[in-house]
Amino acid sequence: MAQPQQPLQAPPEAGSMTAAHRELLAGTPDVIAPGHTFGSVTDKIAGIVLTHRTPIGWFLGFAVAFLFLMILNVTIVKLLFTGIGIWGNNIPVGWAFDIINFVWWIGIGHAGTLISAILLLFRQQWRTSINRFAEAMTLFAVACAAMFPLLHTGRPWLAAYWLFPYPNTMQLWPQFRSPLIWDVFAVSTYFTVSLLFWFTGLIPDLATLRDTAQSKFGQRIFGVLALGWRGSARHWQRYETIYLILAGLSTPLVLSVHTVVSFDFAVSNVPGWHATFFPPYFVAGAIYSGFAMVMTLAVPMRAAFKLDDLITMRHIHNMTKIMLATGMIVAYAYVNEVFYAWYSGNLYEQFMMQNRQTGPFGPFYWMLIAINACMIQLFWFRKVRDNVVLLFILSLLVNVGMWLERFVIIVVSLHRDFLPSSWDMYAPTRWDFGMFTGTIGLFLSLFFLFVRLLPAISIFEVRTLVPEARLKHGGASEHLL
Amino acid sequence: MIHGLMAEFDNPTDLVDAANRARLAGYTAMDAYTPFPIEELNEALALKKNPLPLIILLGGIAGGVGGYFLEYWTQVIAWPMNIGGRPFHSWPHFVPVTFECTVLVASFAAFIGMLALNGLPKPYHPVFNVPAFDRASRDRFFLCIEADDPKFDRHATESFLKDLHPVGVSEVAA
Repeated sequence: MAQPQQPLQAPPEAGSMTAAHRELLAGTPDVIAPGHTFGSVTDKIAGIVLTHRTPIGWFLGFAVAFLFLMILNVTIVKLLFTGIGIWGNNIPVGWAFDIINFVWWIGIGHAGTLISAILLLFRQQWRTSINRFAEAMTLFAVACAAMFPLLHTGRPWLAAYWLFPYPNTMQLWPQFRSPLIWDVFAVSTYFTVSLLFWFTGLIPDLATLRDTAQSKFGQRIFGVLALGWRGSARHWQRYETIYLILAGLSTPLVLSVHTVVSFDFAVSNVPGWHATFFPPYFVAGAIYSGFAMVMTLAVPMRAAFKLDDLITMRHIHNMTKIMLATGMIVAYAYVNEVFYAWYSGNLYEQFMMQNRQTGPFGPFYWMLIAINACMIQLFWFRKVRDNVVLLFILSLLVNVGMWLERFVIIVVSLHRDFLPSSWDMYAPTRWDFGMFTGTIGLFLSLFFLFVRLLPAISIFEVRTLVPEARLKHGGASEHLL
Repeated sequence: MIHGLMAEFDNPTDLVDAANRARLAGYTAMDAYTPFPIEELNEALALKKNPLPLIILLGGIAGGVGGYFLEYWTQVIAWPMNIGGRPFHSWPHFVPVTFECTVLVASFAAFIGMLALNGLPKPYHPVFNVPAFDRASRDRFFLCIEADDPKFDRHATESFLKDLHPVGVSEVAA
């Protein structure tokens, strides 16, 4: 570069900061390591995609993920040939792993949209180097989620007419008073809008790959995908307009999705489900588990591709803090559930809570309390937030805790509801586990492919973090204006 | 026949300065090419506000009205069903799907509207003929004064661009 690199002594927003702010931020790591130029960030991120050398760890990881993906295939084939009787759910527990995993995956997706849309609206610069792969995580998680209700229909090729309003020969229409149909619309809209948002963000980076790729094949593929993007100022102006508006549209959308998911439960009258505080409780839990998954993916990716100058400790700290904040909201909801059960004066609600805590599935309840209410208090400590390996382990545990939460809400509420004569126990079969681990395999396989084939960090947005991207004032033309 | 003349800069400040000077010198048919959005260029190139917010609003309204109409028509007219004694037109139940349809159509309006107004996809454009232009998606900043500008003159414009301290000036073949 022509200009000498200045060491980055203050965060890029330094210009508008007061002394108090600066003092507060002292010791806070930056969103990008010093010394980067437009070219160096481009090479670093595009290099992961364009290099001919695939790290051996990638092959090992992908092989394991692919193995689990094959388990999913076997499970689906078995399911389609035999029917959903191979699963453990049966009356009274008519919903079990299928909905637990659906809610779990959908929830994980929410962090991607929070990072890409909500943090963009709040002008949080630290979103910039994690938004792309978090959005990809959203897409893959929603794809995994959608498989469960779809396959729970038993005949997914017929599901179209149960789920979507299209003119069929029987002239039947979906029942729009049912939260399950709201769910279909919410999840399919969520997937589509997330895909548009993600692809919009990718266009300028695909143009970079087109211009950097050495192989004819790469140039062609990226050239087609980049749609002829040439970085014109006129294009950027329109691009920025829709990027911001798409973020504005995604923000209420992501809140609506888990709200609608919570309606699947709250609109019914099952004890433990029929609660008005479900929507915010579910949304907070979704963001909490989603950030845990972003952490789970970011920590190994950062180590494998040596991205710690772009995904800095600032990102790790902030993600941990968001997990702490949303986790505390979830813990508050647990307290509320106990309070409402008592305060309702309703025999069934009170029994539900007693059964949760001391019934046959009681240990699961206490495990989720131990993780989601107690363990996350560790995030208060800076020593914990600085320990990346520990955070990786804790984020895995958070995902376990959030899975248990859905298990407790769904299975424990259903297995002993109003009529003691119809109480029963629930046990998943190996096909339930096959399907669940299989979707984890699908998710990880897609993620491994994504990291290798597309820029996992938004290149053009990271360029705006380079100190040179800020215009120097007092330039020649200022006298003319 | 040429498309125009293109000056190459190695930092955004020089590009914005150059664009400002070109505008003040009376050039109108010009465009800048940058590896990331630079807000100051909107003013420097005197870019008009774009109609995309209006397009997206119209898309959103169409989606919302369409979604509600779909629910009303199927639940009240095409096949009315009594669900727990609720009125056929039980509007509170229709809110979530109406909202989702609003967001869905508005997002498509945004995405397709942006591509359409930008004239994309467009695999060929004269600026790609400039060899150095590969770096427009990397670390270089370009200002192109186009040949159909009334003030464009092959030699006068070239010396004007060279006065702006670019890294280089090249001719863009049409």
